[in-house]
Amino acid sequence: MTISAPTLEIAVLVLGLSMLMVEAFLERTDKRTLAFTAILGLAAIFAASFFVIPQPADPVATGFWSFYTADPLAIFFKRFALATTIFVLVMMIDYAPVVRESIPGATPQAGLGEFFTLPIFTCAGLMWMASAIDFVMIFVSLELVSISFYVLASFTRRNPTTLEAGVKYLILSALSTGFLVYGITWIFGVTGETNLARIAQALADPAIESGPALFGMLLVLVALGFKIAAVPFQMWVPDVYQGAPTPVTAFLSVGSKAAGFVVLLRVLQPFFILPQIERLLIAIALLTLIYGNLAALPQNNLKRLLAYSSIAHAGYLLIGVVSLAGEAVSFYLVAYLLMTLLSFAVLIVVARQTGENIEDFNGLAKRSPFLALAMLIAMASLAGVPFTAGFLGKFFIFDAALRHHQTALVIAGVITVACGFYYYLKVVRAMYWEDSPNETAVPLSGLSRAAMAALIAGIIFLGVYPQPVLNALNSPRETIPATESASAR
Amino acid sequence: MILLFIVFCPILAALAILIGAPARRTALWAAILTLAATTLVYFGGFEAGQRGFQLVSSWPISADWRINFTLGLDGLSLMMLVLTAIVTLAAICFTGEIKQHEHAFYACLLFIAGGAMGAFASLDLFFFYAFHELALIPTFLLIGIWGTGNRQVAAWKITIYLGTGSFVLLLGLIMLYRSVPEAARSFDFRALQKAASTIPAEAQGNIFLLLLLGFGILVSLFPFHTWAPEAYASAPPPAAMLHAGVLKKFGLYGLLRLALPLLPEGAQQWSTLLIVLLLGNIIYVGLVTIAQKRLDWMLGYSSVMHMGYIFLGIASGTLLGTNGAALLIFAHGISIALLFGLAGEIRQRTGTLVLTDLGGLGKAMPRAALAFGLAAFAAIGLPGFANFTGEVMVLFGTFRNGANPERFTIYQIATVLALWGVVISAVYMLRAYRRVFMGALRESWSGLADLNGNLRVPIGILIAASLWFGFFPQSFVRIVSPAFKSYFVSK
Repeated sequence: MTISAPTLEIAVLVLGLSMLMVEAFLERTDKRTLAFTAILGLAAIFAASFFVIPQPADPVATGFWSFYTADPLAIFFKRFALATTIFVLVMMIDYAPVVRESIPGATPQAGLGEFFTLPIFTCAGLMWMASAIDFVMIFVSLELVSISFYVLASFTRRNPTTLEAGVKYLILSALSTGFLVYGITWIFGVTGETNLARIAQALADPAIESGPALFGMLLVLVALGFKIAAVPFQMWVPDVYQGAPTPVTAFLSVGSKAAGFVVLLRVLQPFFILPQIERLLIAIALLTLIYGNLAALPQNNLKRLLAYSSIAHAGYLLIGVVSLAGEAVSFYLVAYLLMTLLSFAVLIVVARQTGENIEDFNGLAKRSPFLALAMLIAMASLAGVPFTAGFLGKFFIFDAALRHHQTALVIAGVITVACGFYYYLKVVRAMYWEDSPNETAVPLSGLSRAAMAALIAGIIFLGVYPQPVLNALNSPRETIPATESASAR
Repeated sequence: MILLFIVFCPILAALAILIGAPARRTALWAAILTLAATTLVYFGGFEAGQRGFQLVSSWPISADWRINFTLGLDGLSLMMLVLTAIVTLAAICFTGEIKQHEHAFYACLLFIAGGAMGAFASLDLFFFYAFHELALIPTFLLIGIWGTGNRQVAAWKITIYLGTGSFVLLLGLIMLYRSVPEAARSFDFRALQKAASTIPAEAQGNIFLLLLLGFGILVSLFPFHTWAPEAYASAPPPAAMLHAGVLKKFGLYGLLRLALPLLPEGAQQWSTLLIVLLLGNIIYVGLVTIAQKRLDWMLGYSSVMHMGYIFLGIASGTLLGTNGAALLIFAHGISIALLFGLAGEIRQRTGTLVLTDLGGLGKAMPRAALAFGLAAFAAIGLPGFANFTGEVMVLFGTFRNGANPERFTIYQIATVLALWGVVISAVYMLRAYRRVFMGALRESWSGLADLNGNLRVPIGILIAASLWFGFFPQSFVRIVSPAFKSYFVSK
């Protein structure tokens, strides 16, 4: 039995819409039932994605298939989006009391229904983005994602920092969208195409002026740089990450970033014949690496620390992008998903008892050994300790960079890894070395415990046995020739 | 399969302890079983004198990257396993009462031991590297939670130094992997060895430099040594024993296992640099050691200093010197572990390790005085102990390289300078012994208890091993030298 790829997104949309409709009639029932339903539904769609047979994009396709591809990369990132959303929903269930407290409403459960439903629409947007091979499609799916994030980022609106985060995100994101559209028009003006493959063909024609196309690409890069939090388009990240409800922060830092990178990988392919783009990306990657890691050093608020760390990880991912290593970038993103979601999951649970600062984690090893262990593994993986997925991610990225002789990037990468050891282990120090006046165990629901256990298992499993992810990425070996031919030059 | 047991026995025991098994008893049994299995391999399973790897078993991990989980032994790795097993047992015996998080303490120790075992028994670059790193976080926790003195600074320092060093090393390893032609590319030591001759000289130089830096940071090569004394002084004694005795030797093992045989031309290109740096270890750090006022700091610096001799053996470029380096790795691991263990016992009783405060402990703790004296003699390199044989082999081997009665080359000059190090180490070791054990005993300390009788077993094993290989170095060389012969004969 096989399923056509677009069915997946449609199923997600239907799930979200029907949840919204049903929710309107269920005033009395516990709204968390909705979240459970959504998790089950998304899990079913995740399972169904394995019945989709990936197919390489057909350059001469017309109609729908010139906008949409179901290549292995796309299918892979659809699963990625689904898994992220499932874990985010689990976190949202833990976060529900906070939402309830900070939303003025007629009923005690006001707002919860939307809180649980919006991520599903985001998920659909992310899944479309993974498949988009045409600028129009990229733009539309990006907007679907952004608009649902506008709402989510300022969801707990009684909290002034959240409100600030929401407004900041709204304005800057809208601005970046403007850049994207403007860039697309320049590229369209030069090449007369919006489909990426056909843009590549048009650019290969020596008669075409590359200057305006380059300018257009520059504008597109600004917009994507905003999505992936690359320096110098990162200034929104710390405030928004700190202010937004924590599950939304997790979603932003994983889902939004991953989608940004998929689009970046796809969009860059036609433009890499222009050497200026490569130099520009190297500069951005260097800045991102150095800024993200250095700025993370003095942070005391864990959410802010994770925000800067997400900038830092964007830097490592950009090394992979510059080295044209789609496989390494994808693996790194999977590792990033596991470890970032795990740290946010622990953060949500602990923050409810004590707070979001690093010193609020003092003595966690005594209070809740399991949570401390989970955080330890997340931090070890973020820092890049072997036998965790985070290490293999860095390993693949550095390998790709060395293969392409990106010496500057490699040196910056190694130095910043040392910074990483410092600020990630700061959290470990708090949990294990310091004592806390508070000795009561942190309450943890069975579902969250299971989700954390799954994430831990994933981190360690992929840290030892990466083959499943690599297999999923390159079954019809489509991206490989591109990298090999590039390494030959 | 027995290797699988040796590697995973400590790790599984650590997990069991974390889940809730009785900490000390499980750890002790795991150490005893590991030592028993290693002894079995040493006397039974391993055939000395044969070239190549024995007891090889392999499991595929990633086909795309040609990573396999491969375990196997040659003489060099066998002796490293023996060292690890002995020191692990001693470290666990020397663990006193742990006041907080007892389970986590033993689990961390066993993780370090298991990581070392895995690194020495792996025939695959990836796991060779990864197993070593397994010890990084446990070391951080051991020093940070149970350390003494300036533990926080020490823990950060060692973790950041070793973390960075590991990533430099990782770059070197990836470049090594990439430097052989596509078809021969592999993470397997044996395959790399076969393809090594195809690595161009220029690439060899670059890779060797990276490996030297990476491994050098891990082994506290001058001037990257500053993490070591502080960390060892602050670490709880069993952690210092394991780290200084075993884990630090990983870098030296890596140089002997990878850098020398795979990159002979690279080694040639950088030998002058290495000799200059290692003289920094022997002379400069040696003088710094003399100036130390605390026993634990002195031992930490002395362990940095003695690395210089092992590096000298590695740089010597002769079979004799290289064998000496291997023997010295083993001998130093034993003597430094014993010294750190005893220093811990002394601190536990007196509450201080400042040399001028101590004195006359020989009267109250005769057994400790005897054990410390033997270990100090071994560390100085007195004849009869394995350290002596190792140092002699290293010095003769180095002197012999390009020896020419007309003119001294850098090797002969290095040998002469390094000989002074023997005097230096005699000065600080004997002075420390006099300060601690001779002279008048403080009255309040007259009732100090001597070493626990149970410690006789680990101390006996350590001393016996050192004496055995000191008197019969041939039994060591016979096992180890086939690992180097292929490299030196082909040269």
